[in-house]
Amino acid sequence: MTEPKITPELIASHGLKDDEYQRILDIIGREPTFTELGIFSAMWNEHCSYKSSKKWLRTLPTEGPQVICGPGENAGVVDIGDGQAVVFKMESHNHPSYIEPYQGAATGVGGILRDVFTMGARPIAAMNSLSFGEPKHHKTKQLVHGVVEGVGGYGNCFGVPTVGGEVRFHPAYNGNCLVNAFAAGLADADKIFYSAASGVGMPVVYLGAKTGRDGVGGATMASAEFDDTIEEKRPTVQVGDPYTEKRLMEATLELMETGAVISIQDMGAAGLTCSAVEMGDKGDLGVRLDLEKVPTREANMTAYEMMLSESQERMLMVLRPEKEAQAKAVFDKWDLDFAIVGETIAEDRFLIMLNGEIKADLPLKALSGNAPEYDRPWVETPAVDPLDSVPEVDPIDGLKALISSPNYASKQWVYEQYDSQVMADTVRQPGLGAGLIRVHDTGKQLAFTSDVTPRYVKANPFEGGKQAVAEAYRNLTAVGARPLATTDNMNFGNPEKPEIMGQFVFAIKGIGEAVKALDMPIVSGNVSLYNETDGKGILPTPTIGAVGLIAEGEDPIIGQARDGHVAVLIGETFGHLGQSALLAEVFNREDGDAPYVDLALEKLNGEFIRANRDMIKACTDLSDGGLAVAAFEMAEAAGVGIQLDASDCATLFGEDQARYLIACNFDQAEALMIAAAQEGVKIETVGRFTGSDVSFGGISASLEDLSALYRNSFANTFG
Amino acid sequence: MKAAVVVYPGSNCDRDMKMALEGVGFDVTMVWHKDAELPQGLDFVAVPGGFSFGDYLRCGAIAARSPVSQSIADFAAKGGHVLGVCNGFQVLTEAGLLPGALLRNAGLKYICRTVGLKVETTSSVFTNAYTQDQVINIPIAHHDGNYNASADEIARLRGENRVAFSYVDNPNGSQGDIAGILSENRRVLGMMPHPERAFEPAHGNTDGKPFFASLIEAMATA
Repeated sequence: MTEPKITPELIASHGLKDDEYQRILDIIGREPTFTELGIFSAMWNEHCSYKSSKKWLRTLPTEGPQVICGPGENAGVVDIGDGQAVVFKMESHNHPSYIEPYQGAATGVGGILRDVFTMGARPIAAMNSLSFGEPKHHKTKQLVHGVVEGVGGYGNCFGVPTVGGEVRFHPAYNGNCLVNAFAAGLADADKIFYSAASGVGMPVVYLGAKTGRDGVGGATMASAEFDDTIEEKRPTVQVGDPYTEKRLMEATLELMETGAVISIQDMGAAGLTCSAVEMGDKGDLGVRLDLEKVPTREANMTAYEMMLSESQERMLMVLRPEKEAQAKAVFDKWDLDFAIVGETIAEDRFLIMLNGEIKADLPLKALSGNAPEYDRPWVETPAVDPLDSVPEVDPIDGLKALISSPNYASKQWVYEQYDSQVMADTVRQPGLGAGLIRVHDTGKQLAFTSDVTPRYVKANPFEGGKQAVAEAYRNLTAVGARPLATTDNMNFGNPEKPEIMGQFVFAIKGIGEAVKALDMPIVSGNVSLYNETDGKGILPTPTIGAVGLIAEGEDPIIGQARDGHVAVLIGETFGHLGQSALLAEVFNREDGDAPYVDLALEKLNGEFIRANRDMIKACTDLSDGGLAVAAFEMAEAAGVGIQLDASDCATLFGEDQARYLIACNFDQAEALMIAAAQEGVKIETVGRFTGSDVSFGGISASLEDLSALYRNSFANTFG
Repeated sequence: MKAAVVVYPGSNCDRDMKMALEGVGFDVTMVWHKDAELPQGLDFVAVPGGFSFGDYLRCGAIAARSPVSQSIADFAAKGGHVLGVCNGFQVLTEAGLLPGALLRNAGLKYICRTVGLKVETTSSVFTNAYTQDQVINIPIAHHDGNYNASADEIARLRGENRVAFSYVDNPNGSQGDIAGILSENRRVLGMMPHPERAFEPAHGNTDGKPFFASLIEAMATA
């Protein structure tokens, strides 16, 4: 079969710019073949090469005594003591999910689970951060149903508990939803597997599902803006098979125990191309592939299609040749395809053969090392105007507006579609802040959270970046966990626009400053750019996934408020209503600056919570909707009323940072006051839990009614 | 006491079941689905939850035809005690060890939630630690838990006191609110809810513990 001629149109359709194509010509000194053009486009697109973001990602703090492996591998690895490690990452699958919500979301979950078990870790927890357009937009309901079912369909079958996440709605996501999937796994710290190949003449082994034509060009698609031809891109979305993934995981972990694995890389974006280049590049070796040996599920696949297929549930490994029989037995047991498809070679060469014919012959290092890198122009987001006065509202009406909005209503309709308990180590049910998983067979627990407030990031990328990290820190702290490390999933618009690039640059700066101050380094992450449709960008959404540890002998804070408990507020309230949930939901205004984040104060208050856990029955951080929403949620979970002294909107709904709400008995509150005075921590009693009403300064409504509103609003909108 | 937990490629509650059985003192062997023989001297077999063969075709249909399933049927025929939870219940109905079928939930969505279960009979080794009509809280997690059988079959199950558990607030459309049923000899139990997920204080709920505790007690005194 003859390959198409290389024309300017073909080059452009591969997403390669003129100067990028010139760079290819300079590297290889000739015109590339069609297959080679495909390989370059796969390696050099934004999704795989991070060409617009690399310069800024390098500035992030990634080190600490707890970090075993930072960014650059399939997932980050963090020490949790006793020779154990938690392995985690968050990754986007935005574009595929918008085109084909069920499969896009499902394969997003599949991809991130694979990243984790590729490192030798058994997945123990999943989360997902979802951003959709406004509820009334004609596509939103279908996307919500499809994405949630896809997330559940994959994770439930695979057998990983989904323990947390976020769901938000905003018109800026009307044409471009976000699906950010997080997974964490558990491994022995001395048995982590990496992607760098070693040894010449070692067999390169393909395993897992067969290769089909699905997803060809997917990574390139994910690096472009959308327009009204979007439906035509549906065939580039992959189809997930969680049952195969489950077997692939079991087989991979079993194989690792035999000592047969030298290096391993999952086939994600740009499948065989990206995984083979990665293994060769990291190991300073070349790779030769004989594509006729690749198990395929469709006849007559070309080299181009095989190299760019994004068929799911596949792995590439370099194995010890003497262990081949043992390895094959493991894969036979799990009924998975296993084929030696090539070998490592000494030269810096990526040699692709099909039936003895050379289809691509490229310098391997150049594919990743010589990938373009841009210092894109950026402009700082201008300072926003100060907030005009906000009219007072009846505080109960304000609360009702918030808890009936799909943004802040209970997400029960969503999380009940996810198995949150499989593996029987789930300590806390979803819906109440951070998820909590017991480290199997130990007294340790791991806490998981994912956070970002895109309104803040848009108004003030630097403070918004800080705030995303600070909120994650608080959510982990509120269950009594010590924050360990962070993964960042940076979702932005078109980086070729200086104002978008400016959002990215300052969000990174904010995140960097916060993870440094709060000692939760970035250990993995993902960048998703070009989240625009018809030139309209999403809200800048740097999703922060974070993991915390509760050590053996420490108790988590997972109690509930009880009648008679005191409501104690940690932190200082200034009544910051700029960019607040109240402003957005009640007044339809996104005005003013994001709240300022005092990182030293975050640290001080967070340490106070953890140190005084024995005196705290229940705890939650204050974020969207401020004190009113936090107090309501705590009361609602416990089924007991709450009386807050305040009745003004700024006090009740202000979103000042570094704050927590605590429920405890009177003696404990006294003791906390004394401890806080010693530590210089601001503390005040703001009300008490009692009765069956929610009351703000005497204005009240029945908890039962509010609870029904909170519980049913989401299902009423989308069910 | 010796118990076996059957493992299909897509089982994912096998370890959870093992932990609960070991937690009450069983000596547990994991049995791979391709093994045609169960271990010698077994007292009890559990078919765990999960997605045995991806739940492709019908939930449990392929598992019911794998080599180990014939051995389970033989074990049950000889009067052995067998438990199927969730996907395990689906496998047991597909294998013909229990009547009826599990259809897609009435709401067409997967549901993971802790639900109230009424103990309908204490006359079995699985339920005799509870009291008649006691309500216990046990998690469910399934997409296909809608129990379905002919009206005659349902009447017969009721008449023979073979409904083990029923839902207090039916979550999935099951006929007669049925959550779990017993075989004629009362030694095979299939149920959609997961007692192994409500076994220890860390789960925040231990309503499932008496279920396993009474099981080993019965085996030990049998």
